[in-house]
Amino acid sequence: MKEQEYLYWLCRVPGAGPVTIQKLYERYGSFGAIYNMEGRRFREDGLTDQKTAEQFDRWKARLFETTEEYRALGSRGIRFVSVLDQEYPERLRHIYGNPAGLYVKGRLPDDSLPSAAIVGARNCTSYGFQVARMLGAALAGEGVQVVSGMAAGVDRAGHEGALMSGGSTFAVLGSGVDVCYPAGHIALYEEIQGRGGVISEFPLKTKALAGNFPARNRIISGLSDLVIVVEARVRSGSLITAELALEQGKDVYAVPGMVTEELSRGCNQLIRQGAGIVTSPEDVLEFFQIKRDKMLKLREKNDKVLAKKEKKVYSCLNLQPKFIDQVAEDSGLTLSDCMTVLLELELRGYVEQPAGHYYVRKI
Amino acid sequence: MFGKVCGIGLLGVEGCLVHVEVDVQDGLPAFIMVGALAPEVREAQDRVRTALRNADFRFPPKKVTVNLSPADVRKSGTGFDLAIAAAVLGAYGMVAWREFEDAVFLGELGLDGRIKPVRGVLPMVMEARRRGKRRCYLPEENVREGRVIPDIEITGVADIPGLVSQLRCPGKKAAAGKGQPPASAGPFPETYDVDYEDLQGQALMRRATEVAVAGRHNLLYIGPAGTGKTMAAKRIPTIMPSCSREEQLEITKIYSICGLLPKEQPFMSGRPFRSPHHSVTVQALTGGGRDPSPGEMSLASGGVLFLDELPEFSKQVIETLRQPLESRSVVLSRVCGRYEFPADFMLVAAANPCPCGHYPDRNRCRCSEAQIRRYLGKISKPILDRIDICTETSPVGFDELKGGKKAESSARIRARVEAVRQIQKRRFAGRKIGFNSQMTAADLQVFCRLKRQEELFFRNFYQRNGLSVRAYSKILKVARTIADLDGSEEIGYAHLCEAVGYRSLEAKYWKSPGGLEPEGRRP
Repeated sequence: MKEQEYLYWLCRVPGAGPVTIQKLYERYGSFGAIYNMEGRRFREDGLTDQKTAEQFDRWKARLFETTEEYRALGSRGIRFVSVLDQEYPERLRHIYGNPAGLYVKGRLPDDSLPSAAIVGARNCTSYGFQVARMLGAALAGEGVQVVSGMAAGVDRAGHEGALMSGGSTFAVLGSGVDVCYPAGHIALYEEIQGRGGVISEFPLKTKALAGNFPARNRIISGLSDLVIVVEARVRSGSLITAELALEQGKDVYAVPGMVTEELSRGCNQLIRQGAGIVTSPEDVLEFFQIKRDKMLKLREKNDKVLAKKEKKVYSCLNLQPKFIDQVAEDSGLTLSDCMTVLLELELRGYVEQPAGHYYVRKI
Repeated sequence: MFGKVCGIGLLGVEGCLVHVEVDVQDGLPAFIMVGALAPEVREAQDRVRTALRNADFRFPPKKVTVNLSPADVRKSGTGFDLAIAAAVLGAYGMVAWREFEDAVFLGELGLDGRIKPVRGVLPMVMEARRRGKRRCYLPEENVREGRVIPDIEITGVADIPGLVSQLRCPGKKAAAGKGQPPASAGPFPETYDVDYEDLQGQALMRRATEVAVAGRHNLLYIGPAGTGKTMAAKRIPTIMPSCSREEQLEITKIYSICGLLPKEQPFMSGRPFRSPHHSVTVQALTGGGRDPSPGEMSLASGGVLFLDELPEFSKQVIETLRQPLESRSVVLSRVCGRYEFPADFMLVAAANPCPCGHYPDRNRCRCSEAQIRRYLGKISKPILDRIDICTETSPVGFDELKGGKKAESSARIRARVEAVRQIQKRRFAGRKIGFNSQMTAADLQVFCRLKRQEELFFRNFYQRNGLSVRAYSKILKVARTIADLDGSEEIGYAHLCEAVGYRSLEAKYWKSPGGLEPEGRRP
């Protein structure tokens, strides 16, 4: 019986959180020893409460079952990387309450490469989505590993950006590593496995429970050197991640937004409190001391190649969704001209439609 | 002793001539009625007997047999009372029934001998004329409605004594008829109390509506509450081609059967607009009952069926729309027969973009992507397949509300729509279809040929966005209508671009968060 197998069993015991496991390990010296201990002892030593101690005793009988499960992980393309392993991320070893083991599909972030987390609201605006995608692409393009949570909105945009530029990206889930949540992101889930990894500390088949997400957020910030918050409301999960990052001694950056926008209030508040400000990917790359020959610009699109009408329409648009009626009025074109030009611009990648007949510039 | 007159009943939307035969014989006194009768027709015996007695007609006790022929057709409704009364009077020899073989009698009797109005007078009088009848005796209240039909003499009767005096000296009818409006009322001009002028701003919505009406495409509005979706839909009848006399009659027939005609002007001059609530049942939509009466779909025939809050309608209700949308009629089968009601309506639907209704304004809308997808996902896919044009509406700005310039009137839009309908009439002459929206795949080959440049563009677009075959043909059909509106023989680049903009819901919302796939991004 290997230590890892005892550890795997320990991780499966309900109520045995990372902090408890660490305390037990420090006290008794090996996971095998913990298994052979009576649950009563843990309570007497003041390491667990009555309920957890009883759980330990109850789960002892299931060692065979968990070991079978552990050994079968490989055939499902999943690895269980524990603190005992060399491969366990260095960054995580130093945070409080680091998980005793991680389920991984794909790879874990490379300790020698820089990594950044991109987090933000799920119900983001198209501004947030585009900025997150652009940052993901720019950072990953320079070799920065992009870590996020595979949620809708900003998380997804960060991953997509990284995938677009061919870099590596890692998703930390609030569910079991074999559960794709949200289910609609199945294509993203699979692509990330090929180009980085999907990571979770929760046992297989765990559903995405609301209580899991703060715990997941500590791993996101733990795996990164800095955390970028793209869009966040004042009381939101993204700000929790930022707080955890500060507790772990990581740097926090925020993307500013309009002061009137609900979804930018959280970010603006972070900036006021002293977070780094992201006005272009350079601000982040500077942190990693990565120099680029060519300046990256937020608005890379060159409108010089556009025809006259196209330029007229393009200049009416910004990052706030604008309805086509308004575009027609502002540009002075007829509605049907406007439709032709906008489709042309859309196909050439200059604008996009966040919702039907609403248009924004694409960056 | 024998007597026979003609009455008339309803089978679905058509009138059905019924001979009421009465035979009076010696024997045990009885009043027997036969001939596939619904309960309300069988009850007529009590109404007729009592009404006649109360009008001071005394009958010797005899065995009275009443037969309504053809005896195998089910008869329902209360309109046979008057014919039965007339036939009984004839059989007892109180009136000379042989002089009334070219007349039909229609009306319900009260116990006091008064004659009450009935429903469905218009189709019944039409049938009477078709069968060569020259005269029609109707309750006073129904006279105006009956006079809509030309070439048939309509006489109103108020009660049994009035009827008997009419029957005994038909010459007096002219006197009775005096003071009434001249025979055959109408024509009634088409009027609406709404107009497109009232709708400020909303250029896209106006344009999409015009295209939809011109090619008779079904239409879906998506937009926040209070952006004028219902307002625009209500005004669609005002821009549909004006009603011909035949169409008006067809529409009026249905309303007559349902008893929905206004008293002052018992005629539907304009196209109907029906907006059933989203709690509507299948039966209310298709029509129903043992002796089926028309439902909302038939009431909307010739006009607009508007389904507000489309995602809220029950799935079953929406599914029942599918077949009528194809066949343009509703068929209800019952034990006693098969009834066909018209359902030739334009389907217009409206939906909010998300449960709260404010998307994409993220300051007000907090609906998650999944919520929005679930909300719009409630709309049945098969019904979306039958909606060619899907357009968005946006909140109206203050400047538009203030309304510096007056919006275009319905009359001007209608003129353009009518021109396009003429083009379609010529195009589809000799074919079964009449509108661009009805084109089949084979018709698309013939009428929607693209020129080289356009075809290249469309092929590119088709492949890059992974359109379905259905989406492809919808875009082509709509592009055809847009080209027609433009007066162009060929479908041009701009027409295609606009049609692409109206493509259906699922292609626009959340397929990929950025909408269309840009060049250079692999799938």
